[in-house]
Amino acid sequence: MRRRQIVLSLAGLAGAAAFTLGLGAWRTRNRSVHNPLLPLPLTSMDWRLINHVGQEVTPADWRGRPAMVFFGFTYCPDVCPTTLLDIADWLEALGPDADRLTTALISVDPERDTPDALANYVSHFDPRIIGLTGSVGATARAAADFRVSFKKEPAGDGDYTMNHTAGVFLFHANGQFASIIDFHEDRRFAVPKLRRILA
Amino acid sequence: MKNTVLALSLLFAAPMAQACETFTIGDISVEHAWSRASIGTDRPGVLYLEITNNGTTDDALTGLTTPAASMPMLHETVVTDGIASMPHAASVPVPAGQTVVLSPGGFHGMLMGLTNVLKEGETFPITLTFEQAGSLDVSVDVLSMRVEAAACDDAK
Repeated sequence: MRRRQIVLSLAGLAGAAAFTLGLGAWRTRNRSVHNPLLPLPLTSMDWRLINHVGQEVTPADWRGRPAMVFFGFTYCPDVCPTTLLDIADWLEALGPDADRLTTALISVDPERDTPDALANYVSHFDPRIIGLTGSVGATARAAADFRVSFKKEPAGDGDYTMNHTAGVFLFHANGQFASIIDFHEDRRFAVPKLRRILA
Repeated sequence: MKNTVLALSLLFAAPMAQACETFTIGDISVEHAWSRASIGTDRPGVLYLEITNNGTTDDALTGLTTPAASMPMLHETVVTDGIASMPHAASVPVPAGQTVVLSPGGFHGMLMGLTNVLKEGETFPITLTFEQAGSLDVSVDVLSMRVEAAACDDAK
C-alpha cells in the first residue's frame, strides 16, 4: 500500500518534470540557438534590396562567396567615408583575392540614398563595392537580420543624420557569420580577418 | 553684389600654394586644415585640422563660419556599443600646451549646405572662433575623396 503510493507519487513527479521540459521545448521551438547579438547566417536571412545599378538582390545571390557587409549612408561626412576608405585600402591589400569577395554597403538612409545616389558615391572608392538600398521596411528587415540598429537624428534646419551600427560584418562562403571588424580597426587586424574568410 | 561674386570666386580660386601653411592668433596656431572633394552640394562636406595651444591658458574652438557652407557645425563621431553617432559639439576644448586634432573618426567640422562643389586642388577660407584667442581666418585645402590625412610632409 505504502509502496504503491511512493511509486505513484514518483511517477507523478516524473510526469510533471516531463511536462515542464516538454512545455519549455515547445515554447522555444522557433527560437534559434543563435546568439541574439550577432548577425544571422546569410542562409537564414530574408531581405530583398536594390543594388546601385537597379537590380534586386537577396542573400541567395551571395551563396558560395565570402562576404563583407556594412551599414552606412552617403550623407555622412565622417564615419562612412572613413569606413569606405578603410575598405578600399583592405581590398587593395588583399590583391586579386578581393575579387572573390562580395563587398556591400547597405544604406540606413533609403530616403536620400536612391540607387543612383549610391552609384555615384561607391564608384569613388572601389568598383567592387556594391551599394544596396530599398524601402524603409526592406531596410529594417535587412538591419534586423544583421542585428543592426539605426535611428534618424535631427541635425537642425530639417536636416538629419543617422546613428547606426558601425562595424563591418564578415561571412564565410557557406553563409556562416565569421567576425566583425570594428570601426576604424587597424588594417593589421582587419586584413587577416578577411584572409580567413577567403581561405 | 558683383563685388561679392568676384570676391567669392577669387576666394575659391585661391592658389593651393599655402597647402600646409600655419595660421596663428595669440597662443593658438592651426595647421593641416583640409577637406574632401564633394560630389555635388547636397551631401555635407567635412573639415579636419590641427590646433595647438602654445599658451598657459585653456582655450576652446567654439564656432565656424565660411562662405563655402551655409551651416557649418562642429561634431564629434562617437562609437558607443558599436553604434556610431555624430553629436553636435558646442565647442572643442584646446587645453593649454596641447595639440587637438580634428581627424577622421573623431571631432570634425560638418559643412552643411555647401554653396559650391568642393573640388580637389582648390582651397576655401574658414573663420574659426576661439573662446580666448578670438577669430582666426584659415585656408582649407580640398583634397581627394580618397585621402585620410593632410598632404603635408610633416603631417602626422
